[in-house]
Amino acid sequence: MTTALYDVPGPHTRRRHRTYGIAATAVLLALIGWILYLLFDTGQFTAAKWTPFLYKGIQELLLKGLGNTLKAFAYAAVLSLALGAVLASGRLSEHRAVRWVSTVLVEFFRAMPVLVMIFFVYVALKAEPLVALVSGLTLYNGSVLAEVFRTGVNAVERGQGEAAQALGMRKTQVMTHVLVPQAVRAMLPTIISQLVVALKDTSLGFLITYEEFLHAGKLIASNLDYDLPFIPVVMIISPIYIGLCMLLSALATWVSRRQRRNPKVEAAEVGPPEPGTLLPGAGQHPAPPRE
Amino acid sequence: MNVLLDNFSLYGKGLLGTVELTVYASLLALALGLLMAGFRVAPVASLRVFGTVWVTVLRNTPLTLLFFAVVLGLPRFGLVLPFQLFAVLALGCYTSAFICEAVRAGINTVPKGQGEAARSLGMTFPQTLGDVVLPQAFRSVIPPIGSTLIALAKNSAIAGSFSVVELLGTYKTLNELGYSIVWSFVWIAVGYLLVTLTISALFNVLEKRWGVAR
Repeated sequence: MTTALYDVPGPHTRRRHRTYGIAATAVLLALIGWILYLLFDTGQFTAAKWTPFLYKGIQELLLKGLGNTLKAFAYAAVLSLALGAVLASGRLSEHRAVRWVSTVLVEFFRAMPVLVMIFFVYVALKAEPLVALVSGLTLYNGSVLAEVFRTGVNAVERGQGEAAQALGMRKTQVMTHVLVPQAVRAMLPTIISQLVVALKDTSLGFLITYEEFLHAGKLIASNLDYDLPFIPVVMIISPIYIGLCMLLSALATWVSRRQRRNPKVEAAEVGPPEPGTLLPGAGQHPAPPRE
Repeated sequence: MNVLLDNFSLYGKGLLGTVELTVYASLLALALGLLMAGFRVAPVASLRVFGTVWVTVLRNTPLTLLFFAVVLGLPRFGLVLPFQLFAVLALGCYTSAFICEAVRAGINTVPKGQGEAARSLGMTFPQTLGDVVLPQAFRSVIPPIGSTLIALAKNSAIAGSFSVVELLGTYKTLNELGYSIVWSFVWIAVGYLLVTLTISALFNVLEKRWGVAR
């Protein structure tokens, strides 16, 4: 927390701040009240719009959608971690051709919108929606994770690799026994945060008619028998979706705080609990300060 | 090649749509993000809470869900606007959360002594933040803001599925006209590369001119 921006308030300032605080709170409450008024005014809380959620079939439909979302996420997470590992080892390779090919792949897939890849697989290769969604997410998140892994390996103190080589280890052994374990521990917060991105992007499956969470919501929302309960659907879906992502983000922050105290990652800087977004061609971000 | 030459105006319209969306949403995101960053470091507790909630919720919201709620939801309140405006609203609000975090991280890179010196000269909080800290923070936030805006340009592809004219949406028309799907996607990809590389180049220039490593 930056406290250097203002003095510790005295009695007079405290009173002033309290006035501001009350005014700001009043404005925010008024805004919330207005939204609630609109919701009531347009009849969003009528029984007709909410009773469908008591039906077993509707609940099962929502749960099935959520299950499909999590399934796509699980496939995408595992596959992008694998692809990330392959591409990262390619970029760290000693052979120029391998390095060059992996660099081109990583830079290309990072520069493309995920949706373009998903649509390409879906429309041009005529794949199943799930396959299209998972392959699009894998290509994008895999390339970003490759960069995260590479940054992690490069961030391990040089002495570690040199010491391993001095002990007579081969380059693969140096990687797998010395550099990668430290790099992965250090980059774990960033890796988890990138998985949050993958989880959020599974909702793109909605656009290619993959039967995921939003799709289930849309089905219910466009049902005339239930008086088109669009707003209730959003009010039920968003907390679940946002809550899932928040849980995973919170895990990233927790891991990041924990790894900073971990003696096993002393030789590498712990990555920020934020997804790995690097500006193409601009090198590395300045490391965010430790809070 | 024929796909591009035959449908140059279609591609041009799509590219223009993407650029327009990106520019307007960027402006909204920068303005909102800066405001929220100000809220998050303000001495007034309720503003801090509001900023934190705004950022935490929006950062964890899937953009498709936001589009879904804004484009299909707001009209239920009698708010009928052009789709493009809805798209700018959704994209801008979503990205503002990331801009806010970038700016806040930038504020934290400014040495404490700067703020302390400003305070000791009797500057108020808005003066300290606006005249001393933010101009210095600006120098270190150029790369993260650049990558956030590139992400915004890429995210604008979602708008195409919500009835907004933009680059990715052109594939539908081309598909109906019977052109090769693979080639139409190649040119769409080139279009996106054009947009993202332009933003990247722009921010590299800014970084060279103003950036400073702390």
